Amino acid sequence: MTKRRGTSRHPSFYRDQGPYKGILGWLMSTDHKRIGLMYTLALLSFAAVGVCAGLLMRLSLIAPGKILTAQTYNEVFTVHGIIMIFLFVIPGIPVAFGNFFLPILIGARDVAFPRLNRLSWWLYLAGAVIVLVSLVLHGRPPDTGWTFYAPLSIESQANISVAVLGVVVLGFSSILTGLNFVTTIHRLRAPGMGWFRMPLFVWTLYATGWVQMLATPVLAITLVFIILGRFLGVGFFDPSRGGDPILYQHLFWIYSHPAVYIMLLPAMGIISEIIPVFSKERIFGYSAIAVSAVAIASVGSLVWGHHMFTSGMSDTARVIFSLITFVVAVPSGVKVFNWVATLYKGSIVVCSPLLYALSFILLFSIGGLTGLIIGALAPNLKLHGTYFIVAHFHYVMFGGAGFAILAGLHYWFPKMFGRMFDERRAKIGWLVLFVGFNCLYFSMFILGYQGMPRRYFDYPPQYFTGHLVSTIGSWITAAGLIIIFGNLVRSFFKGKQAPANPCGGKTLEWRIPSPPPTENFERLPVIKGEMYRFERED
Amino acid sequence: MFFGPSNTSGKIEVSFLILTGISVLFLVLVTFFIILFLIKYNKKRHPRAQEVRESLLLEIVWTVIPTALVLALFYFGWKDFDYIRNPPKNAMPVTVIGRQWSWLFEYENGRESDVLRVPVGKPIRLILTSKDVIHSFFVPAFQIKEDCVPGMETHLWFTVNETGSYDIFCTEYCGVGHSHMRSKVVAVPPAEFAAWYVAKAAAQKPEERGLKLLLAKGCLGCHSIDGTQREGPTLKGLYNRRVTVRENGKEKKIVADEAYLRTSILKPAFDVVKGYQPIMPATPLTPEELQTVVDYLKGLK
Repeated sequence: MTKRRGTSRHPSFYRDQGPYKGILGWLMSTDHKRIGLMYTLALLSFAAVGVCAGLLMRLSLIAPGKILTAQTYNEVFTVHGIIMIFLFVIPGIPVAFGNFFLPILIGARDVAFPRLNRLSWWLYLAGAVIVLVSLVLHGRPPDTGWTFYAPLSIESQANISVAVLGVVVLGFSSILTGLNFVTTIHRLRAPGMGWFRMPLFVWTLYATGWVQMLATPVLAITLVFIILGRFLGVGFFDPSRGGDPILYQHLFWIYSHPAVYIMLLPAMGIISEIIPVFSKERIFGYSAIAVSAVAIASVGSLVWGHHMFTSGMSDTARVIFSLITFVVAVPSGVKVFNWVATLYKGSIVVCSPLLYALSFILLFSIGGLTGLIIGALAPNLKLHGTYFIVAHFHYVMFGGAGFAILAGLHYWFPKMFGRMFDERRAKIGWLVLFVGFNCLYFSMFILGYQGMPRRYFDYPPQYFTGHLVSTIGSWITAAGLIIIFGNLVRSFFKGKQAPANPCGGKTLEWRIPSPPPTENFERLPVIKGEMYRFERED
Repeated sequence: MFFGPSNTSGKIEVSFLILTGISVLFLVLVTFFIILFLIKYNKKRHPRAQEVRESLLLEIVWTVIPTALVLALFYFGWKDFDYIRNPPKNAMPVTVIGRQWSWLFEYENGRESDVLRVPVGKPIRLILTSKDVIHSFFVPAFQIKEDCVPGMETHLWFTVNETGSYDIFCTEYCGVGHSHMRSKVVAVPPAEFAAWYVAKAAAQKPEERGLKLLLAKGCLGCHSIDGTQREGPTLKGLYNRRVTVRENGKEKKIVADEAYLRTSILKPAFDVVKGYQPIMPATPLTPEELQTVVDYLKGLK
């Protein structure tokens, strides 16, 4: 790492490791950039495990019963869900890019509570370890699906309690991160940076922070109810003891629907950063995009019931939840229009971050629009619980949050690691991934339309073709991911040293060296105008 | 507007197609403009970006139009919902019981079946419930589903237009046997249904009583009687079969004699056959019922 030295007076954060040496210099660090990098590494490692579980499921589905037994298949899809949702996409963008860039973007030296930030990181690690222990502990890995629906999760003989405890610990990590970010944005903006001068990524982190703080406690208490039900026989969800299984679903989705916005809002923030930079045009409708993030976060907290349209909930409740679900589509639509309008009359350089950002718009639009189809009352009766749902949420989470993470990783790679990556390989990787992704998940829309239920390890023969296409798509997707990460890893070691501002960004992170020095700024910046001025050269 | 094998399928299909059509239109528009701008304002053709002024009017237009549009879409989803959810008064009630991992259909006169046999042209009102965890009753051909929740009753209704046999799937994950928790809706002409409906199934030969018990207790969800492999060993030729069982982690070979069958029904976790999970729930049976089942199994060659 000799090249990541920085200037002699202000060594890069890679060099300056504080009072501890070696690995402790990282684990004990309160530097937001070090914490952000460790999160990034951990998230991507867990994602790799999740991807392998997904590939195994897809493989098993073209030869039902020959590769995985029913029980093993159920364990694999549960583990895939738990790892991908709780260890990867929910913490995802805020803990990785949020930690690394939030303080820099608002012109601060660190987050408001650096030691609390380190505690969040440790809690995340602890939660992840507990979840992983539940997989290898004596007995069976969890087999209830990542949603832990009662009464199945109360009766299951697998290691549910341990896994659920891990998720509760992860929840605390998430709450503390949200608290830290909201405080940071309120208190530590550089002089002159009013609310409507903040970069849009910061706006989305702000909205996300509130959702993390307000919604996550509900998940924690719900999962504690599961543990109480298993150990003490407390019947919150058991009808024979006066409980209600549907209550579990309400409580679970009161958190887990807003959690979708925890994943997606910051993803939209990254897209809002990238598109102006590569079209050399200031973002169109800044205030509309900023306000719509807050609108999505607030209205999105009232739509959880659309996960339960066929659960036995009253028809009146279904109508109301469906109506609000349609309303929440409007601010997302506004964002899409503004992103597209930003390209208008720009001077567009088609680089890999922009390719990811634009494919985000398409894939997220497909995910969002199919969300309307399944959020409508009559079509939901047909599509609920089928592969249509699986396709829909993979378009939102992988096509949305996942592509935004890849966009951010390419956009900020030079800043985070101080190296340039190979652009040609990055584009090839993007193309392979884009093709594979659609092959993998679009076929699931068709399967779902034909009535293929979710979470089946075996199925009637009429669904074989769809499953075969999807599985082939999973191999192409995997090849794309290998090319993309192969390129990034190679560039980390062998790439050319990155200049401070390789792609002409205007936000504050591009005004400091790559990689940044420990306390980011030599002198705290003073903001004199809006952030997205490309026409006027400084 | 009407097509499909049941009264519900056409209505749901139409609202699905309307929503999908408008979504595709929107997607094509967005894609078109992205590609247009990428080509037209590429750096090669358009080396300097021009300043674009904010436009409040445009913001209002693309907030108000989508709002109106999504409300219209909501309406198309809602339009037939009341009809689909509210059965007519003359509908024939059938109770659907979901359990790990089979379906049981109970008719008003006490007749029970493991397939849902219905007359064509008559509205059927299903009263759904569950014996254990949550299941979901789904008929893809009719495009409707509803969860079966323990401790409460939910409902569905439909009228079948064409005779035939339609898949029933469980669409709420319910454990290891979930993917095999399937059955059929068998729609027959009214006269044929009436004949089946009044036939007294209860007081016949012992082997029919045995089969009916296995059906009623849900055994056939996991154990086939024709040799098919499912979650549990097949019952065909089980009596006096030599099997390897696991007892406290140790394997031993035994013969599945009458004593073994009795113990395994009452205490399923005892001496589980190698290769199978200890997942069978204990099934309460009266001594006579147990005798009927064991006699039936003995005869199942």
